[in-house]
Amino acid sequence: MDFTLFLFYAFAAVLLGASVGVIASRNSVHSALFLVLAFFNAAAIWMLLRAEFLAIALILVYVGAVMVLFLFVVMMLDINVERIRQGFWSYLPLGLIVAAILFIEMALVVGGKWAGLDAMPMPAEPAAGYSNTKALAWLMFTDFAYPFELASFVLLVAMIAAVALTLRARAGNKAIDPAAQIAVKASDRLRIVSLPAEKSN
Amino acid sequence: MDFVMPDFRLAAPELFVAAMSLVILMVTSFAKSRARSAAFWLCEFTLLAAVFLTLFSGTVDRAQTFSGMYISDLLGGFLKAVVCLSVAVVLQYGRAYMADRKIDSPEYYILVLFAALGMMVLISASHFVSIYLGLELMSLALYALVAIDRDNPRSTEAGMKYFVLGALASGLLLYGMSMLYGATGSLQIHEISQRIYERSANDMVVVFGLVFVLVGIAFKLGVVPFHMWVPDVYHGAPTAVTLLVSSAPKIAAFAMAFRILVLGLFDLAEQWQMMLMLLAVGSIVLGNLAAVAQTNIKRMLAYSGISHMGFMLLGLMSGVVKGEGGTYAVNAYSSAMFYAVAYVMMTLAAFGMVILLSRAGFEAENVDDFKGLNQRSPWFAGMMLIVMFSMAGIPFFVGFFAKLSVLQAVVAAGNVSGQALYYWLAGLAVLMSAVGAYYYLRVVKVMYFDDAVDTSPLTATLGTRTLLSANALSIAAVGLLPNWLMQICAFTLLH
Amino acid sequence: MEAVLQPVAAMFGAFWPLVWTLAKIVAIVLPLILCVAYLTLAERKVIGYMQVRIGPNRVGPKGLLQPIADALKLMFKEIIVPSSANKMLFVVGPMMVMAPALAAWAVVPFAPGVVLANVDAGLLYLMSITSVGIYGVIVAGWASNSKYAFLGGIRATAQMVSYELAMGFSLVGVLMVSGSLNLTDIVVGQGRGWFAEHGLNFLSWNWLPLLPLFVVYLISGVAETNRAPFDVVEGESEIVAGHMVEYSGMGFALFFLAEYANMILISALTSIFFLGGWMSPVAFIPDGFPWLVAKIGFVLFLFLWFRATFPRFRYDQIMRLGWKVFIPLTLFWILVVGAWMMSPWSIWR
Repeated sequence: MDFTLFLFYAFAAVLLGASVGVIASRNSVHSALFLVLAFFNAAAIWMLLRAEFLAIALILVYVGAVMVLFLFVVMMLDINVERIRQGFWSYLPLGLIVAAILFIEMALVVGGKWAGLDAMPMPAEPAAGYSNTKALAWLMFTDFAYPFELASFVLLVAMIAAVALTLRARAGNKAIDPAAQIAVKASDRLRIVSLPAEKSN
Repeated sequence: MDFVMPDFRLAAPELFVAAMSLVILMVTSFAKSRARSAAFWLCEFTLLAAVFLTLFSGTVDRAQTFSGMYISDLLGGFLKAVVCLSVAVVLQYGRAYMADRKIDSPEYYILVLFAALGMMVLISASHFVSIYLGLELMSLALYALVAIDRDNPRSTEAGMKYFVLGALASGLLLYGMSMLYGATGSLQIHEISQRIYERSANDMVVVFGLVFVLVGIAFKLGVVPFHMWVPDVYHGAPTAVTLLVSSAPKIAAFAMAFRILVLGLFDLAEQWQMMLMLLAVGSIVLGNLAAVAQTNIKRMLAYSGISHMGFMLLGLMSGVVKGEGGTYAVNAYSSAMFYAVAYVMMTLAAFGMVILLSRAGFEAENVDDFKGLNQRSPWFAGMMLIVMFSMAGIPFFVGFFAKLSVLQAVVAAGNVSGQALYYWLAGLAVLMSAVGAYYYLRVVKVMYFDDAVDTSPLTATLGTRTLLSANALSIAAVGLLPNWLMQICAFTLLH
Repeated sequence: MEAVLQPVAAMFGAFWPLVWTLAKIVAIVLPLILCVAYLTLAERKVIGYMQVRIGPNRVGPKGLLQPIADALKLMFKEIIVPSSANKMLFVVGPMMVMAPALAAWAVVPFAPGVVLANVDAGLLYLMSITSVGIYGVIVAGWASNSKYAFLGGIRATAQMVSYELAMGFSLVGVLMVSGSLNLTDIVVGQGRGWFAEHGLNFLSWNWLPLLPLFVVYLISGVAETNRAPFDVVEGESEIVAGHMVEYSGMGFALFFLAEYANMILISALTSIFFLGGWMSPVAFIPDGFPWLVAKIGFVLFLFLWFRATFPRFRYDQIMRLGWKVFIPLTLFWILVVGAWMMSPWSIWR
């Protein structure tokens, strides 16, 4: 077995183990951390497929930002996992049966020969100096510029929607407006009163 | 790596709306006290200018730009004009309603504009990536709009339901698209159609992908059995938003269905025709029967919308017989398109009437709220009469001709194929329309023959009144002279 | 060198590449740990002098053995695990902080060709590795089962995620002008330009044309390492020591090591991205590793200087600075740089 293949199986095994951990662990923080592990291994597998940009972007975006915020929320919520899990085991057999039936049906429909994978040849070895990142960037900013910009609009809408649905100006908010704070002049705070000197008797 | 600079002029309407949405975003964040009216007027201006742009800047010939992601043709131009116009009408109808409920934040207008942009993108998309992004842009804005009355639990619940089910449908659609990509090696609709045609053998993977794509489309149209969200969303959302959800997106979904199924997967017509038939029959039967039992007019109109979409699908599916298109196909597709446009006209007027009866602190939601409308305002009772008659398909309103042309297309398909199934379908559709007439006429009955419970005068502004009257009268007018709209539909489809 | 290594390589046979890589890793990590130890001393001394004190001067001549004494003390201290802490994560936490702080050094070039892994996507690798370091802080804060620790963890999350964006955007500017993700190429690219041709190399480095990005990167770097004035994560006066409050002995030492290792890393990266790496500021002095050391030392001194000078930011001020000042500023400057590069006055051709 060559080394790459060994690596693939190692990463894949950890990936699957971590994925099981995500749904099986009793503590939601552990689940989130298992998910992080799963992302890491998925990134490693992408790396083996020579998709290094995607692999690093997966870590940067999902592990470095999305999951951090996820963890942030999960930690703050006091989730009673036991209560959520009530009935998990009693529903499990039914769920497994449904999943198995679905899987078999799909396998039958898509059919033998592993869905015609043999019709897809292995991609050619890239030339030396070939940069995955550059190739992706080229496509992204030329042929796919239109959907790329559209995707940014989708994100903008998500942002506006999040703000519109959640931002509330709370009464009694004590936050200070820094601009107003800086613009303060002495005359706003200080009043110079000239008092006539009193005569002491 | 050869790259051709895209022709930006072809996509002028989308680019214009996109640029304006950003401008409006900036303007409203700096115009403090006037942000609302600035947002409203700028959105109206943008939408009307976009109507103008789509009608006068588009080319007559089909042309593609952005590396085949965007297609500019008459069909897209016409549908986009309808979408922009109807969204502009929605904004005008809903303005006072939203203001009365203090939910007319500038974000509301901007999100509506983004939804319109998503629909425009979707209508002229010719690539799975742009289809998907257009769809998401539209849907995401709509999810937020449905929940925009955030202190009302019904509104947030509706938003949540819509979001979860919509995300699921998007996932299914994407899954189907990836299957089609795996089988054909392309995401471009014309290339996919080409590859499937060349292959000649009927590949299972393609059909597998088709099923999932179709589920996604069916969900967006809201047809049985993917209709569960429709009544709850229509009911829970603020009526002004219901107006939006029920109108323009249907046009966009029609364009998506047409481009994917007819232009992209035509060689699989035998498969999808059968599926569309099941969806259509289910929708027509369930929509009409369930609507009879509703007392809430928003829910009633939701179920009626399901049945209307079923009718539209009936037109779409009768364009092919035994996997072959023919001269009658144009009639079938144009009947479906005519149906979609007519439905948008009717639903705008119907929900417009619901909004007209609402006022600050009062939601006209029940059929009973229409009681004695004739005593309160004979003019608007007459307008509602037109809308209800048209929806019921009573002759010489636009709804009648929409139904008639669809039924003609079904019968024509039956004549060509010689299958009795088509005649049964047409018969069932007629029967169910008769059932449907009951609940539309019930509204007319309470308006004219019951005494008014609530006698307060209508509060709508002159602009809304005029526009609503024009909307309802246009239903009557197009009903009297349906041919020109039919011809536009046929003409744009032919190109 | 080759000749000397030949027999050793033969001895290990097939395992040689592994052993050689390990040797190189040790060659980077050991001096780094030593630097960290003496950075702690330098900090106390520098701040001491700035505050007109002497600083530690008891252990060894001029206090030079102080770090060794500290290390010994920490090593022999008992590690206490709080009774209802999550034991596994409590132990793993400090390691999760330390590992990325060391792993990032893999792609840092010290001189032309002297780098552990000269990968093409080095910059991306750095960004992703440094973004992972935050997990240790969150995990430690949560696993300690203490309010103060948890508050520290939560603060760290929000702060790091916010400033990572600003840092990423300023690196986008660097990326644009150098046209490469490879750190060696980025350094080499800074040696070109009108000033470099006239002998004044230091005016051709990225810090001048990308001045706003340089400033943002440096300050975000301070925030990213949770150093004063952005140290609300530790905030001794309000939440005692944040995520570290329940740790003692080596666990605590690891957090400390990681913090200082990160400081050195950020300084090294600032030097590489904006200050010309190993390149000499003027043409008549040769380039070389000492220049990199000098630049890192300078940036580290800035870190200490900031700490001695500025009072701690309030939390909302930190958030405001990150989101409302730095991110728009970087975005704007990216736009300027883009326009500049496309214009006839571009200096990066």
